[in-house]
Amino acid sequence: MEFLLAIITGLLYAAGLYMMLRRSLVKLIIGLIIISNGANLLIFLLGRITKGHPPIIPEGSKVFTEIYADPVPQALILTAIVISFGLQSFAIILIKRAYQVVKTDDLDEMNTIDEDIK
Amino acid sequence: MTEQLLLYPLLFQLLLAILLMFFWTKINVQKVISIVGGFVAVFLSGLLFYEVWTSGTQTVQAASWKAPFGITFVADTLAATLVLLTAISGLAVSFFSSASVIPARLRFGYFPIYHFLLLGLTGAFLTGDIFNLYVWFEIIIISSFVLITLGGEKAQIEGAVKYFTLNILASIIFLTAIAVLYGLAGSLNMADLSVLVPKLENRGLVEVAAILFLVGFGIKSAVFPLYFWLPASYHTPPSAVSAIFGGLLTKVGVYALIRIFSLIFTNDVFLGQILLVIAILTLFSGGVGALVQKNIKKIFSYLIICHIGFMIGGLAMFTKVALVGTIFYLIHDIVLKTNLFMISGLIYRIKGTSNVKLLGDLYDQYPKLSLLMFIPFLSLIGIPPFSGFWPKISLLTAALNTDNYVLLALIIVASLLTLIVIAKLWSEVFWKKGAVLEPRPHFLYFEKMTKAKKVQFILPIVMLAGVTLYIGFGAEHIQQVSERIASELMNKQQYIDAVMPQTE
Repeated sequence: MEFLLAIITGLLYAAGLYMMLRRSLVKLIIGLIIISNGANLLIFLLGRITKGHPPIIPEGSKVFTEIYADPVPQALILTAIVISFGLQSFAIILIKRAYQVVKTDDLDEMNTIDEDIK
Repeated sequence: MTEQLLLYPLLFQLLLAILLMFFWTKINVQKVISIVGGFVAVFLSGLLFYEVWTSGTQTVQAASWKAPFGITFVADTLAATLVLLTAISGLAVSFFSSASVIPARLRFGYFPIYHFLLLGLTGAFLTGDIFNLYVWFEIIIISSFVLITLGGEKAQIEGAVKYFTLNILASIIFLTAIAVLYGLAGSLNMADLSVLVPKLENRGLVEVAAILFLVGFGIKSAVFPLYFWLPASYHTPPSAVSAIFGGLLTKVGVYALIRIFSLIFTNDVFLGQILLVIAILTLFSGGVGALVQKNIKKIFSYLIICHIGFMIGGLAMFTKVALVGTIFYLIHDIVLKTNLFMISGLIYRIKGTSNVKLLGDLYDQYPKLSLLMFIPFLSLIGIPPFSGFWPKISLLTAALNTDNYVLLALIIVASLLTLIVIAKLWSEVFWKKGAVLEPRPHFLYFEKMTKAKKVQFILPIVMLAGVTLYIGFGAEHIQQVSERIASELMNKQQYIDAVMPQTE
């Protein structure tokens, strides 16, 4: 399971970076989405995967007696997902707007600011 | 009541932002609330600073969860100082925004978002939990995205695309670093991490996490190979927005670097070397970049990069004297860079252009204003007794003591480059006979403004120039503050004890 997740995480990072290096704006956003999912999976993977042991202290005892699944990574991922959802929706609006204003989705042609304006 | 004092600046900004949203369409009410709120924020942060100064590091455990388990808010002297500076710069920019940003932009929630940005900055300085730091960074970047795109001009959107991409990438790298660190140490509390990380056996992975943090924060603080987004985007939004970005957004990256590398990854020779090389190249490339630019705001953008190098250089040497220099420079730089971008906004309002080739004879037309602008310029170069001079003494001494002669040379070269840039700017913009400019239609020139509006324009610049003068002439006080911060940073046990008191 860990091995599979590690490979998937690596693939997601690689694919995300590859997409970000393309010239198209849409591919840039897709790359960002993929890479942030990769980061979420990485947290999940590095938080140790324990199956079938919820972090609930059994009745009658005061501390954990056996191994339990760490709940913190899930809280972290949840937060990260919500944040990246917000950022991505902003990004999609931004590229739509950029396409309307600049009339291209080619990043190489977005250089008016390098010329001296006024 | 007073135990929670350190949360007040934070909660107050949140309250302001929410309150401002109720007055979404009433711009004039928003202006008043933002400015009055700015004064209150300065007062609250001042109280916090006083409290920290007299009775040491303050902590609040969120919801009373004991330290390594819950989120901790920590105000040591460094955090309290930066919160105070954020409030001061924030107040000045509130003032400046109310006069300089056009109503068409203000109508789309400029002020609420602006106060969310200040909330994020205050939170980032005060938090003691590394994942919470990530969340504050996200609050900062999402509000900065809105501010940078507000108005939707072509140049702005293009700048925003670059700014947006690189900042999100930085956040993802930061998140990756947190994942690796959590996997290694199993904690997120910075004080706890600073105990756990040195004991870890897997040094290779610790180094990987450190480098990931360095890259993530490096993009945010615009250090050498990672700074290209900054000059491509900072000159596009209105000057008030550039002012708060230039003053505080890159500095929050520097703050995070200082915090991480003084607390968690300490005594690492390899990292020290990397930071040193980065500092040297940042100083050089920022300075040279500023030489060839023609747009005033772009010149200032490159100077931001150049001067980040001073702070990184001090951090790289990591001796007490070097840290004193870094902290002093940080304090001086926040106030100064905010002011510089407000000045560029003023010049744009007077002339209708930011191109130095077209600008000219400002000194002829506005001699008093020009002299006012001269104060920040002198401080920027670091002519004694102005504020840029004092931290450089500490930095140079530290470089001599630790035999870093290349850095020593580059600090001098960067100062010289700054001098050349400013001298060129002064002779082009203030002394030269300017080109005759066509008056732009529908453009509100400075001379046509009402008296009250002119005052609103100039007052924040005067205010920050006053603070700069105080930093220069009252250098003794700032030096004391910096020395205390530096000794706190060198002695991390103090921070750990404040967050996790030993119960014996």
